Amino acid sequence: MVIKVLGLGCANCKKLEANVKEAVKEMGIEATIEKVQDFKDIAAYGVMRTPALVVDEQVKIAGKVPTVEEIKKYL
Amino acid sequence: MNIKKMLAERKIRALFLLSLKEEVCKTMLEEIKDSIDDYLKLKRDIKKCTNVEGYLVVVENRGNYMNILTMLFGWLNDQLLKMKWLSELTRLLVEKVFDLSINDRIGGSIHFFIYDTIKIFILLSVLIFIISYIQSYFPPERTKKVLSGIKGIKGNILGALLGTITPFCSCSSIPIFIGFTSAGLPLGVTFSFLISSPMVDLASLMLLMSFFGAKVAIAYVAVGLILAVVGGTLIEKLGLEKYVEGYVREIENVDTDFIEMSHDERISYSKEQVKDIIHKVWLYVLIGVGIGATIHNWIPQSVIENVIGENNPFAVLMATAVGIPMYADIFGTLPIAEALFTKGVGIGTILSFMMAVTALSLPSMIMLSKVVKPKLLSIFVSIVSVGIIIIGYLFNAFSYIFI
Repeated sequence: MVIKVLGLGCANCKKLEANVKEAVKEMGIEATIEKVQDFKDIAAYGVMRTPALVVDEQVKIAGKVPTVEEIKKYL
Repeated sequence: MNIKKMLAERKIRALFLLSLKEEVCKTMLEEIKDSIDDYLKLKRDIKKCTNVEGYLVVVENRGNYMNILTMLFGWLNDQLLKMKWLSELTRLLVEKVFDLSINDRIGGSIHFFIYDTIKIFILLSVLIFIISYIQSYFPPERTKKVLSGIKGIKGNILGALLGTITPFCSCSSIPIFIGFTSAGLPLGVTFSFLISSPMVDLASLMLLMSFFGAKVAIAYVAVGLILAVVGGTLIEKLGLEKYVEGYVREIENVDTDFIEMSHDERISYSKEQVKDIIHKVWLYVLIGVGIGATIHNWIPQSVIENVIGENNPFAVLMATAVGIPMYADIFGTLPIAEALFTKGVGIGTILSFMMAVTALSLPSMIMLSKVVKPKLLSIFVSIVSVGIIIIGYLFNAFSYIFI
């Protein structure tokens, strides 16, 4: 599973990344977590609000920091 | 109970209780019965006091319901939006605990500072929560879909209107600009959105109502929207497409289908937004209230009048010029605006200042400069600035309508 965290390096993006790591750890699944910080690449996903969460190239959440529990639903 | 207290203090001249449930009315009647009797003895010009089918009606003059409704709304506005109760509480605190009169400079400053800080944070939390909940139904991705396919002035109007309910911060102006442009939206529509979004929203409407009353608030929203529509249309007519950075057009348009948020997710999103925004703006609010308290109590009236008051014909120009580079939220600028207002600064000057602060800021210009060429950026800034200045002078000239 490839999880991408989209964001321009704001505080919320870091929070999302931390929550994703926590969710992956708690679920004990194999996943690579990537950060996408270039806004051209972010726009290519059709995302207009950061941070956004992309799982296997599918945009799951944009514009909010989900809790660890909420992220688990999408993994 | 507040009505009881007000009756006891004889602040209510007439009371109109309306409830469809009889027992609600009965309980309320029971609660305030004593005060009413008391009141009726004191005020003999009351014509009628009846309890008809669950309606408790106490009227001054038969059939004069408009007055009563106006009074009821006035009371709601005073207590809920203006928070007079908080002002009173703070006055008691300053007078009894600090042993200072609020007519003193120091006492007055402390009162202004405590009252405004608490008031702004209460309004901020409640309003951001409600508004975030509404906004969760209008993500920019949806706005983009709605706007695509609408051409001409209709697009500009809709863009400006949607700007008021789409969540926006200057940090998201690039992705929004790219998203809109790559979806083929006319440049003018995108700019209508970009002008209205930071400047006009539901929060600013409610806040302005709280600080300056309904007339000023509605006028602010109306002229803000007009500015967004006219500004966007002008940019469109000038044919500036070629001044958009080339790579923006090359990005392919992607329509993402988002999973609709559930009710719980919307609530948690709204709570997050409140925390987030308080975290982001608390310092600006405190600075704003500090400046406001200083203006309110320490800077002599004559200085204010000569520098940015009626005595200076360039007041609006100055207020706009100072406001443009500033990066602050409407929450931070309100206490300054309020203090200037009580010092007699023209309403147009104040609105220009607030519009300049919210619509244009250095950070948002830097962001935009990454997607548009300098020429388009400077035309955008000029159009908005000139618009704000015109609005300011018009409001000053016609201020008698609003105050």
